[in-house]
Amino acid sequence: MGKVLLWVEHESGAIKDATLSAVTAAGQLGDVVALVAGEGVDGVAQAAAQIAGVSAVLKADDAAYAHALAENVAPLVAGLMADHDAFVAPATTTGKNVAPRVAALLDVAQVSDILSVEGPKTFTRPIYAGNAIATVESSDTKLVVTVRATAFAKADASGGSASVEAVSGAGDAGLSSFVGAEIAKSERPELTSAKVIVSGGRALKDAETFAATITPLADKLGAAIGASRAAVDAGYVPNDYQVGQTGKIVAPQVYVAVGISGAIQHLAGMKDSKTIIAINKDEDAPIFQVADVGLVADLFTAVPELVGKL
Amino acid sequence: MKILVPVKRVIDYNVKPRVKADGTGVDLANVKMSMNPFDEIAVEEAIRLKEKGIATEIVVASIGPAKAQETLRTALAMGADRAILVATDDAVEPLAVAKILKAIAEEEQPALVILGKQAIDDDSNQTGQMLAALLGRPQGTFANAVTVEGDKVIVAREIDGGLETVQLALPAIITTDLRLNQPRYASLPNIMKAKSKPLATKAPADYGVDTAPRLRTVTVAEPPMRQAGIKVADIDDLVGKLKELGVA
Repeated sequence: MGKVLLWVEHESGAIKDATLSAVTAAGQLGDVVALVAGEGVDGVAQAAAQIAGVSAVLKADDAAYAHALAENVAPLVAGLMADHDAFVAPATTTGKNVAPRVAALLDVAQVSDILSVEGPKTFTRPIYAGNAIATVESSDTKLVVTVRATAFAKADASGGSASVEAVSGAGDAGLSSFVGAEIAKSERPELTSAKVIVSGGRALKDAETFAATITPLADKLGAAIGASRAAVDAGYVPNDYQVGQTGKIVAPQVYVAVGISGAIQHLAGMKDSKTIIAINKDEDAPIFQVADVGLVADLFTAVPELVGKL
Repeated sequence: MKILVPVKRVIDYNVKPRVKADGTGVDLANVKMSMNPFDEIAVEEAIRLKEKGIATEIVVASIGPAKAQETLRTALAMGADRAILVATDDAVEPLAVAKILKAIAEEEQPALVILGKQAIDDDSNQTGQMLAALLGRPQGTFANAVTVEGDKVIVAREIDGGLETVQLALPAIITTDLRLNQPRYASLPNIMKAKSKPLATKAPADYGVDTAPRLRTVTVAEPPMRQAGIKVADIDDLVGKLKELGVA
């Protein structure tokens, strides 16, 4: 068993759920050493040390790492890889941004978005929008892997007692700087970790109709709100609501698809949901081929009636 | 400034891929192929920068089989100036592609390289980041908006929680997200004109790059099928199902 360096994704002092899934995947490869990079990350490092399955925590506290800019963070990780056999990151936008830069610095191929660990260097991963599953074996001496969070159980956030050690890297590479961020505010559960998701498609006509139709149902079910690419492109909801090959990959207990036809690229993001419920007036819509429960009805009458009866 | 746009020939996004019965891969014989959709967005962005008077020349490059020439001609018809085809019949991994692109970038000295964020066949989402690392340049991945200001480029990026804006020193690498722009269609006269635009053909060896794969594909399989579900007759039945599932 080797030593695995794990990227801890955190925001506003809290560790993101995707990290916990990555811990489970990393644990199947070896001894998990969590890397917490950022500015003022003592609390995050302490929290990482509590995660069951983490054997040590490395803390890189520097203003240069505050926004996880790949230009600054990748050399730090690549340097630490002298003492580790694998680098594992959750396949979030941050993981996807940083990991390939690390892989290239190490001159190794990266295995993206793994679904399972089949051997010390063998993994399964989806290709062609999830229409095929490839089993691949790396021939590199060091591994760089990103993990599809929905494919692995979350490690327990408590019960561990790892030691925390401070590390440092080269700091600011002077190539890039953070200007600002617009984070969509939501009191709902986060899309990628929600137990229930209500998603709307193009059939919802416009932003007002989308909100008026989907929100009450999501409220009743305590659900996160998602959307198809068509609904996002049409401006009904912001980009980060998009579920699909090019948006978020989700696997909730229950996924309710409202007015979504079920294009290949959308199915790629949600077909691992435990139960899929579809409401669509077109009984031939491809969504019904994957739905466990389907209702052929006009959503504008069906959804309000459903909300009334819940 | 000069802009380099790498493009990839992939299965058309509307085609449902079929896994070969022997598990060696996906059947691409007689399947419609097109330019990777994210690369169309990259070409479009380069053209828009040229139309604004920021870019002076757009070079497109593709690494793949001889037929990738068609993909390059499409980019030329959209408005690129010239093309480089690095011909190889091997399946080239992102790391090797990044190394070839690095060599091309060193030769051409583009101020910007604009790539798609991922190819819809291998879904890797690696090449742009790897190229940036190999060149020691900054990267603006998943770009939603690109603004060139003097010797800097401001990139708004699509991230999990919303949008993030970063400032990069030029030369830089950008990868496009879906909503960066709406790519144009090539008009018939432009398709005709594109036939006479320069297209250089090279080989990976010309750039001294070894394209031997680092990852061995053991098998390619169909994803697990979902069990066929049921259709409920009315809302009351649906409410019943939701109650069974414990969400209502």
